[in-house]
Amino acid sequence: MTSGPGTSAASGTPDVILRFEDVHKAFGAQRVLRGLSFDVERGKVLGLMGGSGTGKSVALRHVIGLLRPDAGRVEVEGHNVSALSAHEMSALRKRMGYVFQEGALINWLTVEENLALPLVENTDLGRGEIADRVAEKLAMVHIPDAGKKLPSEISGGMKKRVGLARALIVEPDILLYDEPNAGLDPEISRSINELIREIAEIHESTALVVEHRVDCIRTVCDEVVFLHEGAAIVHQPTEEFLRPSHPRLIEFLGPDALD
Amino acid sequence: MTVPSQLLAISPGWLADALPFAFAAGVVYVLLQAAWFRATVLEMGSTLELAAATAMRVHHLPRRSRWLMEQLFAAGVRNLHVVLLVGLFMGMIVSLQTGIELSRFGQQDQIGTIVAASMTREMGPFITAVVLAATTGSALAAELGTMSVSDELSALEVMSVDRTSFLVVPRVAALMIIAPVLTVLCDTIGIVGGGFVATSQLGVPLAQYTETALDALQEKGALIPLPMDVYSGLFKSIIFGGLIAVISCASGLVARGGALGVGRATSRAVRDSIIAVIVANYFLTWFLYR
Repeated sequence: MTSGPGTSAASGTPDVILRFEDVHKAFGAQRVLRGLSFDVERGKVLGLMGGSGTGKSVALRHVIGLLRPDAGRVEVEGHNVSALSAHEMSALRKRMGYVFQEGALINWLTVEENLALPLVENTDLGRGEIADRVAEKLAMVHIPDAGKKLPSEISGGMKKRVGLARALIVEPDILLYDEPNAGLDPEISRSINELIREIAEIHESTALVVEHRVDCIRTVCDEVVFLHEGAAIVHQPTEEFLRPSHPRLIEFLGPDALD
Repeated sequence: MTVPSQLLAISPGWLADALPFAFAAGVVYVLLQAAWFRATVLEMGSTLELAAATAMRVHHLPRRSRWLMEQLFAAGVRNLHVVLLVGLFMGMIVSLQTGIELSRFGQQDQIGTIVAASMTREMGPFITAVVLAATTGSALAAELGTMSVSDELSALEVMSVDRTSFLVVPRVAALMIIAPVLTVLCDTIGIVGGGFVATSQLGVPLAQYTETALDALQEKGALIPLPMDVYSGLFKSIIFGGLIAVISCASGLVARGGALGVGRATSRAVRDSIIAVIVANYFLTWFLYR
């Protein structure tokens, strides 16, 4: 693997927030992850890039405990995610935000109710405090007037923003983005990328971004891991990554690599 | 896996050639049956697990009152016309079928007794349960199935929201409340429909029909001071409502594979709900009337 600063962190150093250690995952006969290993340092935004079916989203789901590895370890702040009890997992999830590819908003709740849900269910905050925080996050993602609408009444780009606001509502230390630009036009895509970068800078949160668009990687990420056949074959700072030397990466990026 | 040589020796040539294939086909069939059996057992296990988890969270219901009211509206008001229409015609059918037979022996004046007893004991709860399984049960499975395939259930899990408490408890409670209400209405309209047929087709005076129907409902139960046939039917309908809701929710929650998966979950929910209602109906009848 072509290595960069992410892999230079010594094992067990407190700066490493997320760690994949020789992770294997198969669905039936289909082996998706085949020895995936990489680290994410505190405060960094790391992009996971690769072709379709290389296991990017599967890797992301391991971090939040939606999937468990067949072999290997996924660590969050030094804790093996697979070994956590349901209670510990729940506590960990409350400090993480996950932005789903299609938003995954609860269809029969308004935008406001979608945002308020984790606070209503898991905190003792009063109605006023929750309403204030919902308004703050909606303003942060530049849709302050969308609160009363149902998910079916808003566009795909707005759904992404609401998904992002919902992930931010618990003020997470770690943010996970599953293809935040999928299905968006270039203009909205640019604004989402800027928003992700802005959030990373304001909150100083650690983020893992699954993405296959170069413009997003360039705007958002500090480092990039490139996946091929379920393993990381490149891990470099973004600038270096966009001047590829690995033949598979050159093939994947195509003309974009020359920009 | 080999075919015994003695068996091949005594078989005609073509049979000896076909026997290994037949044997292999038999083995595959048995394995398929075992897989089906295993899947069924797993499915039943997850449904029972959901029922237990729901029962343990019943105290969350006051927090879910808004969703409970919405589900009561969806299951009750939206199905009311279907239950009334089907109940009316079932009462009319029972009255006509039994009335024609009874009139051969000059016993048609007993139609009221038969219609009232059969509607309150069996037909009312069963018809209501079938209507609820086909309408609300399928809707629950489709709704939760769609949530499952569109990552909404994963989103709840990621947000540490207890999906049993949030999604299942209000739906199960709503069906257990609304099923007996609809059953009473179904019983009533069925008896009215039976009376209409008895007076118009079989020449039974309305007063006599009413009197025999009310007489049939006089026997008080040992535990509750209500007509035994009425409360046993209501007890059945509460159980049926719970069964339909739990089975439909369980089916929806495990839906996978896009629209096709949601379709499968929906049809499985209706099929399993109706089977469960019929089986439970037998045991409840045995328990209540033995």
